[in-house]
Amino acid sequence: MSITNATTVDEALAALRANPLARLIQGGTDLMVEVNLNRTKIEDVVSLRRVAELRRWHVDEESNTLRLGAGVPYAEMERAPLCDYVPALAEAARTVGSPQIRAAGSLGGNLGTCSPAGDGLPVVSALDAVVHLRSHDGSRDVSVHDFMIGVKRNARHTDELIVAVTVPLVTGFQGYAKVGTRNAMVISAASACLVHDAAAGAVRLALGAVAPTVVRTRAAEAWLASETSLIGTPSVSEP
Amino acid sequence: MRERQMRADMATSPNTTISASTGTTTDRSTRSRHGALGTSALRPDGLPKAQGRFAFSSDAWADNMLWGATLRSPHPYARIVRIDTSGALAINGVSAVVTADDVPGKLTYGLIASDQPVFARDYVRYAGEPVAAVAADHPETARRALEAIVVDYEVLTPLTDAEAAIDLTRAAIHPDGNVIRRQRIVRGDQHLVGEIVVEGTYEIGMQDQAFLGLEAALALPDDDGHGVELFVATQWLHEDQKQIAACLNLDPSRVRLTLGGVGGAFGGREDISLQVHCCLLALVTKRPIKMQYGREESFYGHIHRHPATIFMRHHADRDGTLRRVESRLVLDGGAYASTSSAVLINAVTHVQGPYRCENATVDGYAVRTNNPPCGAMRGFGVVQACFAHESQMDKLAAACGLSPVDIRLKNAMRTGDKLITGQVVESVAPVERCIRETAALPMPEALAVAPDPLEIPGGSGLTAQRANIRRGVGWGVSIKNLMYSEGFDDYATARCHLANGVATLQFATAEVGQGFVVLAQQIARSVLGVDTVLLEPISTDIGSAGSTSASRQTWMSGGAVDGACRLVRERLFAAVAGQHGLDPLRLAIDGTDVVDTLGSLRISVTDASRGLSFDETFEHHHRKTEELDENGQGNCHVAFAFVAHRAVVDVDPELGLVKVVQVATAQDVGRVLNPLAAIGQIEGGIAQGLGLAVMEEIVLRDGKMRNPSFTDYLLPTALDAPDVIATMIEEPEPQAPLGAKGIGEPPCISVTPAIVAAIRAATGRELPRTPVRPYDIVFGP
Amino acid sequence: MSNEFYRLRVNGVDHEIRDAWTGESLLYVLRERLGLPGTKGACEQGECGSCTVIMDGEAVCSCLVMAATAVDADIVTVEGLANDGEPTDVQQSFVNAGGVQCGFCTPGLIVAVHHLLDRNPTPTDLEVKEAISGNICRCTGYGRIFEAVRQVRDARAADAS
Repeated sequence: MSITNATTVDEALAALRANPLARLIQGGTDLMVEVNLNRTKIEDVVSLRRVAELRRWHVDEESNTLRLGAGVPYAEMERAPLCDYVPALAEAARTVGSPQIRAAGSLGGNLGTCSPAGDGLPVVSALDAVVHLRSHDGSRDVSVHDFMIGVKRNARHTDELIVAVTVPLVTGFQGYAKVGTRNAMVISAASACLVHDAAAGAVRLALGAVAPTVVRTRAAEAWLASETSLIGTPSVSEP
Repeated sequence: MRERQMRADMATSPNTTISASTGTTTDRSTRSRHGALGTSALRPDGLPKAQGRFAFSSDAWADNMLWGATLRSPHPYARIVRIDTSGALAINGVSAVVTADDVPGKLTYGLIASDQPVFARDYVRYAGEPVAAVAADHPETARRALEAIVVDYEVLTPLTDAEAAIDLTRAAIHPDGNVIRRQRIVRGDQHLVGEIVVEGTYEIGMQDQAFLGLEAALALPDDDGHGVELFVATQWLHEDQKQIAACLNLDPSRVRLTLGGVGGAFGGREDISLQVHCCLLALVTKRPIKMQYGREESFYGHIHRHPATIFMRHHADRDGTLRRVESRLVLDGGAYASTSSAVLINAVTHVQGPYRCENATVDGYAVRTNNPPCGAMRGFGVVQACFAHESQMDKLAAACGLSPVDIRLKNAMRTGDKLITGQVVESVAPVERCIRETAALPMPEALAVAPDPLEIPGGSGLTAQRANIRRGVGWGVSIKNLMYSEGFDDYATARCHLANGVATLQFATAEVGQGFVVLAQQIARSVLGVDTVLLEPISTDIGSAGSTSASRQTWMSGGAVDGACRLVRERLFAAVAGQHGLDPLRLAIDGTDVVDTLGSLRISVTDASRGLSFDETFEHHHRKTEELDENGQGNCHVAFAFVAHRAVVDVDPELGLVKVVQVATAQDVGRVLNPLAAIGQIEGGIAQGLGLAVMEEIVLRDGKMRNPSFTDYLLPTALDAPDVIATMIEEPEPQAPLGAKGIGEPPCISVTPAIVAAIRAATGRELPRTPVRPYDIVFGP
Repeated sequence: MSNEFYRLRVNGVDHEIRDAWTGESLLYVLRERLGLPGTKGACEQGECGSCTVIMDGEAVCSCLVMAATAVDADIVTVEGLANDGEPTDVQQSFVNAGGVQCGFCTPGLIVAVHHLLDRNPTPTDLEVKEAISGNICRCTGYGRIFEAVRQVRDARAADAS
């Protein structure tokens, strides 16, 4: 049994290469539940908590995108300035667990666990996000649609680390809604993220917790895009 | 004399009204002495708890201790073919593995019937039943040991349908049979058909107590191996002592219990959980054993509220006068009896509600199935009955063209009326006042035009559209018995010592959070005129206080403390009177002084008791009750308390989401002894009733729990809590030692039907089942 | 069990943890190894808030922190909110307002409320509710807890003006 408290991505990758079976832990909000409830027997662990690089984000004005480190906690997405860049992500972040969970949980964890009820996932799906993966041997970018494979299954190789997610900054309405049977701290029974990409003239809708992975409603999107009268009216933009 | 005066004041004084939304308190007892009865004295364990210094049972720790853990059956019904513990014993760090073969005494325990095995021996009868226990050097070692125990089961088809337990289509799953108890009530005209007849079948889901402080204990073995000391969170130390001693074949005096801090109970700690296992492991290993359940194990390790199916038919005159109730109640008791028979009696004897009704035909069953065992939870059978009778009262109101308030006022019970058991309600019964004063409380403001999302159903999920939200109002009124019933003498014991102006109290009353520790101090301050009241540890070193259950400790242990303090006061007065050549009957306590009511003598209690020592013990018994006869007739209950609830809800009918906006309540409390503690009971009970109305249910499939975790068994959060406006109706109860009725249970009983009625009003749905699920609102009948 | 050791900094004091099992949560280590049982555990999965501690300035569930990964963190528990054994204003207010019954949720709530008021000294009632929506209380129905927070908020505002 070993713990590697990595401080850089390279350190984490070296540890992963040395032991591809090691479990990755960032905020702990998924893995520690499994450990505490005796659902998993952990041996080796690579902790990403101290990897500062994973906690950074920046806006690329040239490509008009936001690159969000995989370890940026939800609590930060809820607040300015991030909430102004990607409002739907802020809305989704606000529904994740409790304030304590939001201080620890991250998109990297959501993608790594890949539960269909993950609150951040409909947003990255509706935004056609790109997932950045790195291994000791190199890096690759994967469309979030190709990344999410099934219930708690994703395209990450065992020696890879999810380092960041890039989403486009769009003009037009974007919003997230989630149904749960309690007025706070509730797992998603169903969720949806709607994005109107005004510049592209496109509407994108992703649904969470209704299928093995987040699903995109392509037919509905095409219909919505053709119904220009709906777009931008308060009935759509005001949840 | 002064006390009598105070009580007279109470009867005529205005109510204590506390508005929870503003927190303002109108306490007409402000002229009372600091910390005495009637004041919001602060609980002595408050600061230690807030600072993290208070020792809960899970905080107990001993040098050289081992961790105990329990192996539980994965099957709801199976025959045990073989248990092989050798693999566990081979693990480094494992000190002991025990099974039924290692139980030295009685193999079973139980509160009423001793039908539950310490460890399953031949059959397991519910998923989660203990099969073995281990002791190891670390919790993780213990978990690995459990995984290394091999149990071969012959899996059997579980009996999970309560009706199948009654109709004899299934063979008995326990030597005691599948019907734990049947009780009928036959009263008056059995053929009366009312001008108006309404009926319905109602279902109540299985609720969990979900106390936050998980089951935990520390057992210390005596050096000679013939005794054990246990620090444990429980509701009744002496009952635990009795059952543990029997199972371990020890003299009860060699099983000494001290109350470990209790993190809530709500009925879920009446039954034995880990007590015998923990003590047995300590005796076997000769080392201290700490056991602590996790949340999932806690769901398996304690009993739950009975799920119930209740058919009711109400007969009334056209004007709404209730003439006859018919009811058939089936309570699923799960695999073992626990308190099922008493829960059933509460359900059948309260099924008419707080209303006059001369004719009744009631048939009730508590049955055994392979579902998880059920027993005591706050409200104890009356919660289930109340959901049915209050749903019926609304149906009756609609059929008679009356409002929900008017139908209830028309039939409201009064002191002197008879229950359907024939028992005369001698208690103060201000039902009409409860309803009227609740109705007089202000309604909430209308929902804002542009509300904060957190104020509407779904909260930060941003689902509800303002325009779709519908508001509804609903009512619930209830009657609840206080103390144990059916001839049980659940007395309470307390001891008071006074010296140099300091009183010391001793009792075995389980403090589970309700605040008896501060009430006891208040009683001593009022009776004895002392300021400093010390409390001995709560343990079996003194006689039983009975259970912290059935809204009984203010009355029972309060009565015992009051009695012990009065005995001490008599001796103090005798001493003072002797010194001054006075008749002791002339003496009274005024503030912190002993005074001569007919003369000028005034001496502080501190001075009067200087160098003296008085020590008295008192047992308080309530009046005798009797068992019900075969027709369900008899004076089986001690006393009753009443309450009314009005709920206002906002509903998103498209998604089936609910936000309870406000609950208004007027509760019959007898006398307010501590306004702050009382409002805490009221608000807390309302939250639990809200949980049963809209979210809390243990979901079973084929006898197995689907949601034994706080992720899936949802409890109300701060954003689910409604504004509460409460009025406490003070009409002192003559039977009660302090004039005060128990207030713990009533708050959680009729609030559930009130909330469900409000959802019905908002949606037009029938909603015959609680908790109301989103599906029921969107697609239900 | 591992023979390695790691250090935790709790309430300003460094502790060496030896012979620990990798899977131990910070909650377990605080309670069972460091003699700091004020932090409570009630769900083991971040759904009740009883185990709330401050870690590097954030309120988190200590049951979900793998203790051996918290090596460089500054951890504050309910025992560390005040230095001299005197209650903080929040602790005193919880008692005065009736926010404590069984008290099992109380330490977690106290930590969460301190964290809230440190970041937002004048929260609205809704902000208070949202900030403590991850702390389940089974006894009080929250009414007296809201009142306790209001009292601290108002008292601090009065002191500041």
